[in-house]
Amino acid sequence: MATTTQDLLRLATAGSVDDGKSTLVGRLLYDTKSVLADTLDAVHRASVDKGLSTPDLSLLVDGLRSEREQGITIDVAYRYFATPRRSFVLADTPGHVQYTRNTVTGASTAQLAVLLVDARKGVLEQTRRHAAVLALLGVPRLVLAVNKIDLVSYDEATFEVIAKEFTDHATALGYPIGSVLSIPVSALVGDNVVERSGHTPWYVGPTLLEHLETVPVEPDPHDAPLRFPVQYVIRTNTAEHTDYRGYAGQVAAGTVRPGDEVVVLPSGLRTTVARVDTPDGELAEAEAGQSVTLVLADDIDISRGDLIAAAVEPPLAVDEFEATLAWLSDKPLRAGARVLVKHGARTVRAVVGELNARFDEQKLTSVPDPTSLELNEIGRVLVRTAEPLPVDDYAVNRRTGAFLVIDAADGSTLAAGLVGAGLQALSTTGSASGASTAGDLVSPGP
Amino acid sequence: MAEDDGDMSTQQTQPGPTRAPLDALARLESEAIHIFREVAGEFDRPVILFSGGKDSTVLLHLAVKAFWPAPVPFPLLHVDTGHNLDEVIEFRDRTVERYGLRLVVANVQDYIDDGRLEERPDGTRNPLQTVPLLDAITTGKFDAVFGGGRRDEERARAKERIFSLRNSFGQWEPRRQRPELWNLYNGRHRAGEHVRVFPLSNWTELDVWRYIKREAIVLPSIYFAHTREVFQRDGMWLTAGPWFGPRADEPVEELTVRYRTVGDGSCTGAVLSEAADLDEVIAEVSASRLTERGATRADDRLSEAAMEDRKREGYF
Repeated sequence: MATTTQDLLRLATAGSVDDGKSTLVGRLLYDTKSVLADTLDAVHRASVDKGLSTPDLSLLVDGLRSEREQGITIDVAYRYFATPRRSFVLADTPGHVQYTRNTVTGASTAQLAVLLVDARKGVLEQTRRHAAVLALLGVPRLVLAVNKIDLVSYDEATFEVIAKEFTDHATALGYPIGSVLSIPVSALVGDNVVERSGHTPWYVGPTLLEHLETVPVEPDPHDAPLRFPVQYVIRTNTAEHTDYRGYAGQVAAGTVRPGDEVVVLPSGLRTTVARVDTPDGELAEAEAGQSVTLVLADDIDISRGDLIAAAVEPPLAVDEFEATLAWLSDKPLRAGARVLVKHGARTVRAVVGELNARFDEQKLTSVPDPTSLELNEIGRVLVRTAEPLPVDDYAVNRRTGAFLVIDAADGSTLAAGLVGAGLQALSTTGSASGASTAGDLVSPGP
Repeated sequence: MAEDDGDMSTQQTQPGPTRAPLDALARLESEAIHIFREVAGEFDRPVILFSGGKDSTVLLHLAVKAFWPAPVPFPLLHVDTGHNLDEVIEFRDRTVERYGLRLVVANVQDYIDDGRLEERPDGTRNPLQTVPLLDAITTGKFDAVFGGGRRDEERARAKERIFSLRNSFGQWEPRRQRPELWNLYNGRHRAGEHVRVFPLSNWTELDVWRYIKREAIVLPSIYFAHTREVFQRDGMWLTAGPWFGPRADEPVEELTVRYRTVGDGSCTGAVLSEAADLDEVIAEVSASRLTERGATRADDRLSEAAMEDRKREGYF
């Protein structure tokens, strides 16, 4: 039986249509024995009905009726499997171009992404685009699964060419050596997914599962200065807890200990941490990722949406900042759009003032001063907010550098927002592709 | 590989070498508590669906932790099919009292009695829960409804968001689902709409059991092996009871069984099991070759897309 102290790896998968992504995920579940007999029976029955001689493992993961009919994956599906070494939360994201928004969704929480390519086709434009989006969203590690290796007769040279091209691309995006690994696999047959293949003696690296089990999990940024968005004020007055007033939240970055000097934003008031409370007892220290309740030394006015931060390195509270938006709505964005911005536990009115650049996903270059951002487009904009927000650069902190853009009228989520000129990765993509860039996305803002 | 700096991520400096990462259960607990607090901060009238089953009991335990030392700031809602085992209803009432909470009960029986709903020929009442549930949400003006659903339960649930918008008919529309990014949840909704919230989305059945053990959470006794008069129908062991059989051709046997899920007694079966305590249950769940729904829930067998159809109609 697995131990209860195993850790958790959140990963996302991405790939182009027909690369066999659902089959690969199905294979991971199947070979880790995460698929139980009744689920498997259903897949066997459905496969026979479709006239197939072997079970179609993609049926394990393509959940919605319209997907099964169309044979494509149209929405992010979350899958869970565990080995004695680690638990996994897998976001299976669609490869269809028009569903890039789901890749952004899956990547936003991923610590590692598995990109698929078809060994017969190699690195495609969409592979490069996906890698760029993963880099933009700060996914720390990539795996390139060179799938259908059986269909190129397990040819080492073919694999090496693809692996090198991809690694070069990832390096250009800023991935250091050691954070990217290419693996020759056949999801259909099972080569090097869980079981080591006898057909690829030239490949000495780990199987996909071995790699997922052993790759270091990037810790939450607990060596960064404290960031603690206040979610809720807990008040009670009982015999045991007289006039209790605590600030509930999840540590977004850094650590917090009793005695730490903190500043509350946006008010700028300073105080110290009296206690770090949990129902299981007071803590000597809480780290990034933990949900706790802070009791402060002074009685100052703090409410939901405020940020408690390290007094030594507080973020700047700004009402105008540069940001990168991944536009997720059918309604295009135009300059001057009035929206809501949700950052941490605070939602404020905002205006998207200027559209400075748009990432051209076909040429992998940037286009200055676009008139609009359409569904699935990524661009650099200027955001002005009605109240100052204590933001960090997304490249420094994924948690406190991220925000949602919300439609004030119908409440829909319009865009994923990243504070700062995070398009560095994408513009590097442009230069790596050899195309000349019309506008340099990394140039300092106006 | 261990020494590189994580560059693209948030990591600016090396982590202390002695710091162990939070384990998987600690992360899942923290995520669920964060979700409860977000809802408390953003919604006017949340409610927790509470059946006395293990998932909703874990849900309530997490809610208590999220707001400690203050009481849970929401009431509970139970849609009672009238086909629940006595042990579960007793447990439900005892738990509500222990935490000093308010429980709203919507009775399927009331709807059958006054003709708003009709008993199905097969006697199953799970599909009949939808209307009383939606009525209770409307009457209570609840705008956020916590459920114990997990994505690992079923394929259609695998695509469910943690914040799942329901229209004014309580329906789930897969195409209208919002992208869910980072841990920033968008709970905005129009008047009359509500949001279903699933804090246990990322938990597996095994996680739930391990957490129950770690936190010493008390469950109804039917989750552990006991002797019971049961009969077999559709390959499941059903409790002989006043509502659902057995028919004349279904012999009753006294067997050692336990329940893996708690639901309407006419369609939720027991499994043959000797697992009498938490360690044995965890060992059994780890080794099981059947999903908990497949083993015990006839309602999911109705068609391949059974769950998706029921969710569209506004089911849990």
